[in-house]
Amino acid sequence: MSTTFDGLDLSPAPGAAPRGRRVLRHAAVEATLMVRNGEQLILALVIPFGLLIAGLLFGERVGLDQTVFPASVLGLALWSTTFTSLAITTGFERRYGVLERLVATPLTRGDLVTGKALASGSVALGQVIVLTIAAFALGWRPEPAPAQIPIAIAAGLLAATTFACFALALAGRLRAEATLGLANLIYLVVAVAGGLVIPVAAYPAWAQPAVGLLPSAALGETLRALASGLVDPFPLVVLAAWLAASLVIARKAFRWTS
Amino acid sequence: MSVHPALSVDGLEVSLGGRPVLRGLTFTANPGEVTALLGPNGAGKTTTIRVMTGLLPVGAGTVEVLGRPAGDPAALTRLGLMPQATGAWSGIRPVELLRYLASLYTRPQPVDALVDALALGSFLRTPYRRLSGGQQQAVNLAGALIGRPEFVLLDEPTAGMDPHARRRTWALIRALAGAGVGVLLTTHAMDEAAELADRVWIMDGGRITISGTVADLTAGASLEDVFVAHTQERS
Repeated sequence: MSTTFDGLDLSPAPGAAPRGRRVLRHAAVEATLMVRNGEQLILALVIPFGLLIAGLLFGERVGLDQTVFPASVLGLALWSTTFTSLAITTGFERRYGVLERLVATPLTRGDLVTGKALASGSVALGQVIVLTIAAFALGWRPEPAPAQIPIAIAAGLLAATTFACFALALAGRLRAEATLGLANLIYLVVAVAGGLVIPVAAYPAWAQPAVGLLPSAALGETLRALASGLVDPFPLVVLAAWLAASLVIARKAFRWTS
Repeated sequence: MSVHPALSVDGLEVSLGGRPVLRGLTFTANPGEVTALLGPNGAGKTTTIRVMTGLLPVGAGTVEVLGRPAGDPAALTRLGLMPQATGAWSGIRPVELLRYLASLYTRPQPVDALVDALALGSFLRTPYRRLSGGQQQAVNLAGALIGRPEFVLLDEPTAGMDPHARRRTWALIRALAGAGVGVLLTTHAMDEAAELADRVWIMDGGRITISGTVADLTAGASLEDVFVAHTQERS
């Protein structure tokens, strides 16, 4: 019996590629699709870039702190990629059956989650680099204390992972369209009311304790402390607690199929 | 060649949201054969495939894919899945999807040869969302075969295909079985099942209602008549 068809050898010869290659290839595909998506690019770069320009060129007129504002924008960019973009992407992956399709390949669930994390992390890192360069070009001159730098890096990682867990929980429960709408709404609410862009001290006194305990505020305050030369490790405690909770929630809520 | 059946489902019971969907489902599929699993919408075919890939847990009974429990990573690597609808990112181009899937395997089919065999060349760089239903199915079929699987699950493989693509797909399915690959085919096209299947299992309400070779089942009536007689129409 022939085992060929139009030059194809159809005889079975399955075998899984090494894990590192699987994860990297998956991350590359996801990152490429994220960067190619125009709507996500608006969230990732256009809005933060517009805020930077407005804030650094005209913010002084309304009393905006020119040293800490760009740090807040970096926090916003991290939030948009690791929560909003990831939630929307994953919601449509479920809707389009991508996750269901990939199950029947050598890509394990661990590979998929790791690849997704690498993709989001790479895009977020690219955003931070581009926006930081832009902010410097626009005249930003932060004054970081060396001890705050590792704190800020740790806070970025903890916050990104926490936001990603919430993104997966949202995308894993709702229909893709509902995820799209809600993720954008939450993006705006957290940006305005979550202590991410606006320093916690600027909120009414009665709201400050609650706002200060949000993961978004913990990230924002850490980055603002970095820009203004302060050292404040307390937000790491807040973020670590949120990360533990978000991991449990994502694990319980996420579903692979729609 | 494997000594195990490609697929063994025995007394499978699955409930979704408290509602029983599969109720004692029992059937097998063998390497080197085309097995058709037929049933009306809502019969439980998609649920069965999801159990086979480990996406849904087995409630009761057993499911073995290539001699391993359902969802075992070692079995999933040896499986090729062609989903009924989509199964790809909307913005990805077929060439990107196939190269990505190929990179997950140690000895994948050469992408160019697969593209030629399935006549994908004219839409290789078109985003997946802009492909016609038949073109998407052809890409999905290529994706199912790229890892040189031992067992392929084809869910409505020719839905939306034009007659040329349909004939090419049929020839490919026959060639797969001839090469020793087990093929599980779900379809609503009775002519397709009659043309391709070595053995047919008809299911309704989560269990098998009749099975046999096409010759056995069609001795006194068409396969469509047999299907209608052993399944119920749902409103």
